[in-house]
Formats: sequence, structure tokens, C-alpha cells
Amino acid sequence: MISANLTAILYLVTGILFIMALRGLSSPESSRRGNFFGILGMTLAIIVTLLSIGTVSQIKLNIYYIVVPLIIGGLIGGFIAYRIAMTAMPQLVAGFHSLVGLSAVLVGIVAFYNPASFGIGQIGNIKFLSLIEMSLGVAIGAITFSGSCIAFLKLQGIMSGSPITFKGQHYLNLVIGTVIVFLIVNFTKLQSVNLFWGIIILSTLIGFLIIIPIGGADMPVVVSMLNSYSGWAAAGIGFTLENIALIITGALVGSSGAILSYIMCKGMNRSLFNVILGGFGGDTSSAVANKNTKPVKQGGADDAVFLMKNASSVIIVPGYGMAVAQAQHALREMADKLKKLGVKVSYAIHPVAGRMPGHMNVLLAEANVPYDEVFELENINNDFSNTDVAFVIGANDVTNPAAKTDPKSAIYGMPILDVEKAKSVLFVKRGMASGYAGVDNELFYRDNTLMLFSDAKKMVEEIVKNLD
Amino acid sequence: MEIDPVIFRLAIFILSIFVGYYVVWSVTPALHTPLMSVTNAISSVIIVGALVAVGLSPVSQNFIGKFPGMLAILLASINIFGGFLVTHRMLQMYKKNKKK
Repeated sequence: MISANLTAILYLVTGILFIMALRGLSSPESSRRGNFFGILGMTLAIIVTLLSIGTVSQIKLNIYYIVVPLIIGGLIGGFIAYRIAMTAMPQLVAGFHSLVGLSAVLVGIVAFYNPASFGIGQIGNIKFLSLIEMSLGVAIGAITFSGSCIAFLKLQGIMSGSPITFKGQHYLNLVIGTVIVFLIVNFTKLQSVNLFWGIIILSTLIGFLIIIPIGGADMPVVVSMLNSYSGWAAAGIGFTLENIALIITGALVGSSGAILSYIMCKGMNRSLFNVILGGFGGDTSSAVANKNTKPVKQGGADDAVFLMKNASSVIIVPGYGMAVAQAQHALREMADKLKKLGVKVSYAIHPVAGRMPGHMNVLLAEANVPYDEVFELENINNDFSNTDVAFVIGANDVTNPAAKTDPKSAIYGMPILDVEKAKSVLFVKRGMASGYAGVDNELFYRDNTLMLFSDAKKMVEEIVKNLD
Repeated sequence: MEIDPVIFRLAIFILSIFVGYYVVWSVTPALHTPLMSVTNAISSVIIVGALVAVGLSPVSQNFIGKFPGMLAILLASINIFGGFLVTHRMLQMYKKNKKK
């Protein structure tokens, strides 16, 4: 058994190791070491906790109840992580968030029914502050859990990605939210079992309701937001259990998720509030799309090959369509062949490309694209004007000049990749349908644009064949 | 008058938010997906609460009584192992261009 003071100090060390884990991610070289620090911190936290519980004989009594779920969980987690495809990362992360949320709720429940174990009072006589922290922890945990479940179902395609809205939705949410606050206030006074479960059930419900109206392409914001929630839930439970490791970690994760949500919102020029209110990005797009009857120039793989072979530089702009078609490997092959021909190839990533922050970068890394050929919007945007070919694959809205020129457009103000400045633009798209925002892209009709209508992967594979 | 220990915990919390804020802004956007998976893994440190709950549960308590704590250990460890491993897998993929 180690003393409470030593335990607290070692928990602080855990927190520092976690900070270093995040710090490592500032560059790919240091990131692997960072992950190692994270593992070290987690191991330390678990060992310290076991040592702090009590004497060896005391731990022995319950050791199987601890070790068995730990090993089963470890095997399941390891198996999932080992098998998961990189394209499925968004839903994996959403699924994992739901587990953190549920764990927070469960620990809150245990603390409520067995407060003496954590030294926060007796049943029916728990400290006032602990009650506030506990109810906030389980409420946020439950929201994280149910919200992440919906996000998972939408990303996995089990549930339609289009927003589900109904009349009076926001009022219903408002009412439920108010009732939850009311329950929490009363719970801290009465400590009643019914109120406690009421908080959990209503929070679960509102988690569902908050996420169902949010459309598929807003998922980067949702996933980041739930990431943030899982942190705040952990911190809430950390306060309840008076545990420094949990408080520090909760704060780190909470602020990390909040920053990512902010970056994603900025990438779409929308406020967080606007995203949460949802209803944006339905299947209404097709109706608007065919308005424009101007002719477009269509081409095939051979046209694309001709343009790119004669180019001295090509910038590839990947989007969610590339991920769906799993075209990243073929794309890298294409880039390799072009490089052999002396063409300079780089990649431009829009902040909200894909379904989660950094989604495109991971996919390109999976296809062995060196990360120093991959650039963020602000680092590459000026290069388009000196580029011969912009190769847009599975992206649309993020290239639409209307975001700059048309104040009436739904995407006005959104930062875009200036592909229009390239000498010629190639769009690999399945059809003429407009993007997620339902806005027509005038670039399609320009003289220097060539539309390659096909599945992204098939088209790139054909280009690769033709490059020989 | 003594300062309530809650204030100290609050101080740690707020300072950690600030640390998190500055550290996360320095994360390169290319690594935002690993950032999410690793924050997900470390937030599973919530397992310590479950460990205390199960470890200190009275011997007399039956399996049902221990069940929520055990389930929390199970779920958190899925996350811990899954989260760190998938982060590791991703980070292995980020390679620099071999300069000719």
C-alpha cells in the first residue's frame, strides 16, 4: 500500500506523461515516442491505483474481478485496432468515444451506490460538491455515449447520413435540457436514486436528439465535439473521485476536442451553434444541381494523361470521394509514375476534407505518400497559380470559387483551395451532382476544366495504365 | 482559514486546460486523426475509478454488485489497448520522402 500523497504525486507524473504524448504529435518524427509516453502514463496510472487500494491480501480478494475484464477488454481492443481499415477510422473513433462515455456513467453509478470506497461519504449522505461533480460527470458521459453511438451508426452507414429533423425539435431539446438541470439541482439536495437515474436516462436521450439532425459532412465537427465531451465527462468523474490523473487528462482531452471542433468549424466558416442546430446538408442538393445547363467538357483517362504528362507540376486535391472509393493507393501509383516523368507532385488538404480531422492525411500516409509532399491549405494555396494541373479527386465544395465571390451562396466565406488558378483543372467525379452544400460549382463549366466522370478508383487506375 | 482542497483540484483542472490548449495548437494538422485516437486512449484513464470501485468492493458484495465496475474496466481497457495500438499503427505509416 502506498500513501495518498505518493499516489497523488505519481498521478501527477501520469498527467505529465500524457501532456508529453500530445506534445509528441507536433511532428511525425516525435509522434511515435509521444505515443510511447502515453502508454507509459497509462501503465503507471493503473499500477499506482492498484497499489493505492490496499494491502496485497486485500487486492487478492478481488483480483480476478479486475484482471479478467482487463484481459478480455485488452484482447477485444487489440483485435479491433489491428484489423480496422484506415478508411473506417472516423467510425472507430466515434465508437471508442461512446465507450469512454459509458465507462464514465458506470463509474459514476458505482460511486453513487458505494461512496465509501472513494471516501466521499455514505449512501444517502454524500458530500454536496461530490454530488454536483457526479451528476455532471454522468450527464456528460451519457450524452457522449448516446451521441457517439449515433455518430458511429451514421459514419458506418447503418443509419442514413442525411439529417433527421422534425417540427419542434429544438424546443424539445430545450425542454429536456432544462429538465436535466432541474433534476441535477434537486439531486444535489435530495440524493434520490430516482433523480439520479432520471439524469442518466434524459441525458442519454438528449445525446441521441442532438446528433440525429446533423448531416454526414458535418461529422468532422461532431466527432471532435464528442471527443471534447468525453474529456469533460472524465474530468467530472475525476472531481467526484478526487483523482488528479483523471482531472488533468479530462482537461487535456476536453480542450483538445474543443480546439479541433473550432478548427473544423472555421474550415467551413460556420459557427458551432449553427452546426449543432443542424439540418444542413440533406439530399436536397440534386434538385438544385441541374439548374445549370451550360455545357461541360468531358474527358477520359487518355486526356488526363496527356495533360499531366506535359505538365511540370501537378497538385492533387483529395476529398471524401477518394476515401469512399479507396482510391488512395492507385493515386500514389499515379503520382509515382508522374514523378518518374519529372513532374512535381504535391497534395493539398482542405481542413474539413473527409469525415474527421486529418482523415485525408492518414489515408495518404497509408498509401505510403511521404508526408512532406502533403500540404495544408494555407501552405499550398499560393502555389496553384504556378501549377499546370490541379487534379481534384472526390472533392467539390472546398474548391468552389463561389465561396469567395457570391455572398448569397451557402458556402460564402468558407476558405477554399484556389484550384481555379491552376492552368487546367481535372475533376474526377461520379456525376454532375453538386456537393454536400447543394451549391453548383461554376468551375465545372470553365474552358480549362475537364470533367472525368467515373468512380475515383477506376479512373485513377486507368490513368496509371495509360501513363506507361 | 484553510483552503478547501477542491480549490486545488480546480486549479489543477484550469491549468491543465491551458496546457492542453497550447499543446494541442502545436499539433500538426496532418496528425489530427492520431491526436483524436490518442486522446481517446488517454481519457480511458477513467479505468482508475473502476479499479478502485472493484478493488475495494466489500467481499460480501455479490457479482451483480461488482458488475458495473467490472464492465467499466472492460470497456475502458478496450479503449486503452485499442486506442494506443491504432495510434501506433497510424503513426508507423507517416514516412518522410526518401531523398534521392
